[in-house]
Amino acid sequence: MTAFAATMTRAGKRFLSSLPALFGVLIFTFLLMRVLPGDPAVFFASGPNAGKEEIEVIRKQMGLNKPVPEQLVLYLYDVGRGNLGRSMMTGQLVTKDLRDRLPASLELTFAALLIALVSAVPLGVLAALKPGSVIDHGVRLFCSLGVCMPTFVSGLLLIYVFYYLLGLAPDPTGRVDIFTSPPPSRTGFLLIDFLLAGDIDGWWAAFRQLILPAVTMALFVVAPLARITRASMLVSLGSDFVRTARSVGLPWWRVIVTYALRNAILPVITIAGIVFSTMLGANVLVEKVFSWPGVASYALDALLSSDYAPVQGFVLLMASVFVIVNLVVDILYGIADPRVTIS
Amino acid sequence: MTSATLRHAGWILRGNPLTGVAAAGVFLLTFIAIFGPWIVPYDPIVSNVSQALLAPSAAHIAGTDQLGRDVFSRLIVAARLDLAIAVSAVGISFAVGAVIGAICGYAGGRLDRGVGRFVDVLMAFPLFVLAMAMVAALGNRVENIVIATAIINLPFYIRFARAEVNIRRNLGWVEAARACGDSHISVVLRFLLPNVLPAMAVQMSLNLGWAILNAAGLSFIGLGVKPPTPEWGIMVAEGARFISTGKWWLIAFPGLALMLAVLFFNLLGDGVRDILDPRMRT
Repeated sequence: MTAFAATMTRAGKRFLSSLPALFGVLIFTFLLMRVLPGDPAVFFASGPNAGKEEIEVIRKQMGLNKPVPEQLVLYLYDVGRGNLGRSMMTGQLVTKDLRDRLPASLELTFAALLIALVSAVPLGVLAALKPGSVIDHGVRLFCSLGVCMPTFVSGLLLIYVFYYLLGLAPDPTGRVDIFTSPPPSRTGFLLIDFLLAGDIDGWWAAFRQLILPAVTMALFVVAPLARITRASMLVSLGSDFVRTARSVGLPWWRVIVTYALRNAILPVITIAGIVFSTMLGANVLVEKVFSWPGVASYALDALLSSDYAPVQGFVLLMASVFVIVNLVVDILYGIADPRVTIS
Repeated sequence: MTSATLRHAGWILRGNPLTGVAAAGVFLLTFIAIFGPWIVPYDPIVSNVSQALLAPSAAHIAGTDQLGRDVFSRLIVAARLDLAIAVSAVGISFAVGAVIGAICGYAGGRLDRGVGRFVDVLMAFPLFVLAMAMVAALGNRVENIVIATAIINLPFYIRFARAEVNIRRNLGWVEAARACGDSHISVVLRFLLPNVLPAMAVQMSLNLGWAILNAAGLSFIGLGVKPPTPEWGIMVAEGARFISTGKWWLIAFPGLALMLAVLFFNLLGDGVRDILDPRMRT
């Protein structure tokens, strides 16, 4: 129990030390809004030919006539109350829009991370077991090519092969096809909601829709994960405790999984955290390719139509998600290797 | 010393012929970027609707796009813009990052911690999203793609230069320079920076590939480069509309161009690291 408490203390400390970063992002989004070309008041006025007086009134309402430091304080106050402004595109509160779309993005990212880990860790272990073998070279080649391939290209080529040529994948737009009625929303994760509703056909439809974008994103991150697994497995396989485990005659899978892999997993967790952040960025490209109704495509649409409140909200959301991911990585650290907590 | 380095380079090349291939590839890319507009068979901008969406053939080896423009010609002409964006972005972040990093590594103390914290904030963030937001804030133009890409590359250079300078700051020759009455600035610029440059050159080559991918990604989502300018990312974006009707050449060839460019720079970076890194010498 003390190990658990120590892990929590560590995670808490890390959380506190990440607060300045989060504050930095807040300042950044504030500046983003203020240095943007164009006057926000003009956007919110009735139209392009709104009178000067009307714009002036709106400027006063929005507090744009106040000195910048005071505006910053007001902005921080607004964010603190969970008010991120209103999107001009959808006419809704940004917080509501983001809340509606976040599950779609998270479902995609988690599915991709799962696919990437499930394929990268065994690949890395296999490569490390026989360095210099055909498998090792194959994995290295795959990794070198994987990091060179832009996500948007691999996504489109997957669509070409699996939708156009083979006809295996459904029409690559959105989370469910138009013939499937969405399940009652409980978690927002379609795969979970369909299961809760007991709708297996719907689950299958959503799964088919999810698989291509998830694989696209996974392809992009398999390389770093496999490479780090291989490197840290090599170290761990060459260590004394593995030799001892082998010499006392433990079955090979036990040596590899329980002793070698368990000790090699720490760097993999670190990289997985970094990879998750990369994926949040790659979301923008993948969601655009597959018309996925997530937060990234929402922010992108807003960005291209000069609707800045959603962009601001999106950047803040990404930063918060990132802080949470770092916390989870910290906690996993403590579980994977109790020594971390002591030192 | 020089002949030893050359012999070592030859030894590395024999052991890893890929480095030679990568060097040749980068040379070819540079050649295309400089002379591209003069060697293409067709005009990359003028449309010819009667020839639209033709599959690859002898006349158009990479097919034609929705406006009847030759995809191969557009790919060749695009090389200049794509490389220019990547090279200038990496160049800027290299120049700025090396100086800031070297100063921090040399001075240490409060300045070092402050910059370190700033770098942490920058790195602790989905960098592509950051670049997107910056292009939005600065205005949707090509120069701003360069600036955004340079800024998201900056933390890596600062960190790298800082670490390299920090391990050298108390070495004998640095103290000798100081004892001779050199100012701190002179020590950093004339002695420390030149010593960390080779290692940073490798970092640059590895980073170029990443910068190309980033810039192409930004133009793919509609930031920066505007049609009808030929650019690999925007070519993929325009071709994306036709992928579900099977016009694969609109995606595959620009994708291949991007992939090869990134691959060449990555392999070259790996090779040059093997040549320069003394720990690899046997």
